[in-house]
Amino acid sequence: MTDLTVSQTPTAQKLLHEMLFIRLVEETIAARYAEQEMRCPIHLSVGQEAAAVGVCQALRPADRVFSTHRCHAHYLAKGGDLRPMLAEIYGKAAGCIGGRGGSMHLTDPEKGMIASVPIVASSIPLAVGSALADRIDGADRVSVAFFGDASVEEGVFHESANFASLNKLPVLFVCENNLYSVYTPLAQRQPARPLAEVVSGHAMKVLSADGNDVEAVLRASLEAAEHARSGKGPVFLVFNTYRWREHCGPNFDNQLGYRTEAEYLEWRARDPIECLKSKLASSGDLDERDLQKTQEEMQREIDDAFEFARAAPLPDPSQASQFVYA
Amino acid sequence: MSTAISELRTISTGDAIREGLTEVAIKNPSVIFFAEGVADPSSVYGTIAGLSKHIGKERIIEMPVAENALTGVAIGAAMVGKRPVLSFHRVEFALLAMEQIVNNAAKAHYISRGRHRVPLVIRLVVGRGWGQGPEHSQSLETMFALVPGLKVVMPTYPRDAKGMAVAAVEDDNPVIMIEHRWCHYARGQVPSGYYAEALDGPRAVHEGKDLTIVSSSYMTLEAVRAAEQLEKLGYSATVFDLRVVRPLILDRVFASVARTGRLMTVDTGFRKFGIGAEIVSETVVNCYDALKAAPVRIGLPDHPTPSSRGLIPGIYPDAARILREAGTELCVDQDRIEAAVAELEVQRKGLPIDVPDPFFKGPF
Ligand SMILES: Cc1ncc(C[n+]2csc(CCOP(=O)(O)OP(=O)(O)O)c2C)c(N)n1
Ligand SMILES: [Mg+2]
Repeated sequence: MTDLTVSQTPTAQKLLHEMLFIRLVEETIAARYAEQEMRCPIHLSVGQEAAAVGVCQALRPADRVFSTHRCHAHYLAKGGDLRPMLAEIYGKAAGCIGGRGGSMHLTDPEKGMIASVPIVASSIPLAVGSALADRIDGADRVSVAFFGDASVEEGVFHESANFASLNKLPVLFVCENNLYSVYTPLAQRQPARPLAEVVSGHAMKVLSADGNDVEAVLRASLEAAEHARSGKGPVFLVFNTYRWREHCGPNFDNQLGYRTEAEYLEWRARDPIECLKSKLASSGDLDERDLQKTQEEMQREIDDAFEFARAAPLPDPSQASQFVYA
Repeated sequence: MSTAISELRTISTGDAIREGLTEVAIKNPSVIFFAEGVADPSSVYGTIAGLSKHIGKERIIEMPVAENALTGVAIGAAMVGKRPVLSFHRVEFALLAMEQIVNNAAKAHYISRGRHRVPLVIRLVVGRGWGQGPEHSQSLETMFALVPGLKVVMPTYPRDAKGMAVAAVEDDNPVIMIEHRWCHYARGQVPSGYYAEALDGPRAVHEGKDLTIVSSSYMTLEAVRAAEQLEKLGYSATVFDLRVVRPLILDRVFASVARTGRLMTVDTGFRKFGIGAEIVSETVVNCYDALKAAPVRIGLPDHPTPSSRGLIPGIYPDAARILREAGTELCVDQDRIEAAVAELEVQRKGLPIDVPDPFFKGPF
């Protein structure tokens, strides 16, 4: 496989399309969830697309990504196929893992989406292990652990950071700080200090950027990937962003009172997609009609994929006992 | 039951647990609470909601998403006199805390020759249904039951659940309380006020003479349902709700098997190496001469539990499976058993497999 090189930096147009596609997929999931055909818990990334896209656009196809319960955007940004993703969420045999995991376990190893694990921080050491294997083999690859702000509270995060730093492994620790763990804000879980400082004792490079500015995320990620790939060790990346909808499920839940409508509206005004669009518009690089056309094409592809997933057959119960052992 | 009460109300097991924990926290100022989202809008499915109306905020502690350390913190606090109640939204999240549970909670008393006590309650919720999948639905009671020094309880019915929650907090040992999410919805009559339900073993929740069934947690509701169907066919079963997995106290089961000569166990977790394996083994040793047939064990098959509803059929034991196994055990004519199973199917009204059958809400 010929890897993309850094010189092929994606255009703003590309970043926009990637984010838009993920947004449309997840908004369609939200819109159709009430049909009760997607029968598994879902954790949407609506509002957080810039982090997934900015990081993954800085990667090469052979690089590896590990994710969490909130994995839809990472899966798509890394090039995971839409139909198997939706079929998985619909619990169908054609799902990326045959309906075994549902929304929280999205996997597409061929595209470098190695595993999504819905136990907080559980997949972080897997990324480190992948980087260790590459180091042993002399492979020119980067492994990425995506995780939320709660993950850094787990011991396994620090144990992984220590080991990766000690061995200068090519890992990117990507923290998408959306300010909450379920309903609990950061201030009730961590001392008041910038999240970026959480690894200061682990002697690794730290980069942060506005998590809703996809170009800033991309720049930081390119620098981080270059650093890790060239043997200088892991990088901790912090991107502040915001989840628009409820922690788990398709709805908005600001009425519960764990966060304010004002806070939500503030972040909503910083929609990563709209931000990039206005930037492009102000430099005269936004063709509204063209974008509209692209969006319609995307929605058609998405609707087709939903139809495929909805109509696809369920797996046979006999499959449940397979693959316990290799 | 030591009770000086009271008014009976029909409430759910989830509410009953909340009442029990609230009562014991009001009575004993050493009781403190830990959870992720301890006072959030959900408050662990409502089971610890409203505590701050009754006790000081300093006793309601938000835990960072750091299960291993915070379990250790709770154990440390318990060793110096607190009575912590830790609530986890899933069994799986406590797996991160296994080291603390197995090495410190379970052994501090033993290692210190009794100088230390760990009066700690760790609540674990078993998820099931709606595609929870392999890492959000495990019922791993055997992993805890393996360890001397721990107590392991699995309340099913609301009245038991409230009293057992109180008893667990009053107990001077670490108690792992495993709550099936579907049991939270089961309703029944519960006394108001303070009472403790002794953690003294199984309770017969249905009486019969031909077969002894020992089941735990949600599976008890399925077993009772099967026993009721069986009665229509002219046979009867005693159903024990196991309630206390460790210490495993089986005298009542032995006495029942001495009468029925037949034993069936129904596990919420795995069949292999399950609680049923231990129960059958003990029963065979104790009641060898009374047995008229080989005991039968029912539980989850030997693989993880996938998400898709397409993969779920046949995985979870239910009243139909229990009924069929009982039929075989009692040599009941197969057509009659199938007719009784068909009745259960009709009662389910075509509900999808990944949502609970409303029968389980009782009231019981
Ligand atoms: C070890 C563990 N503890 C608790 C949970 C329950 N849980 C699921 S998602 C979540 C929130 C995690 O927050 P964060 O890491 O910030 O990710 P976000 O959901 O905000 O993307 C929690 C506590 C879990 N899955 N695993
Ligand atoms: Mg978060």
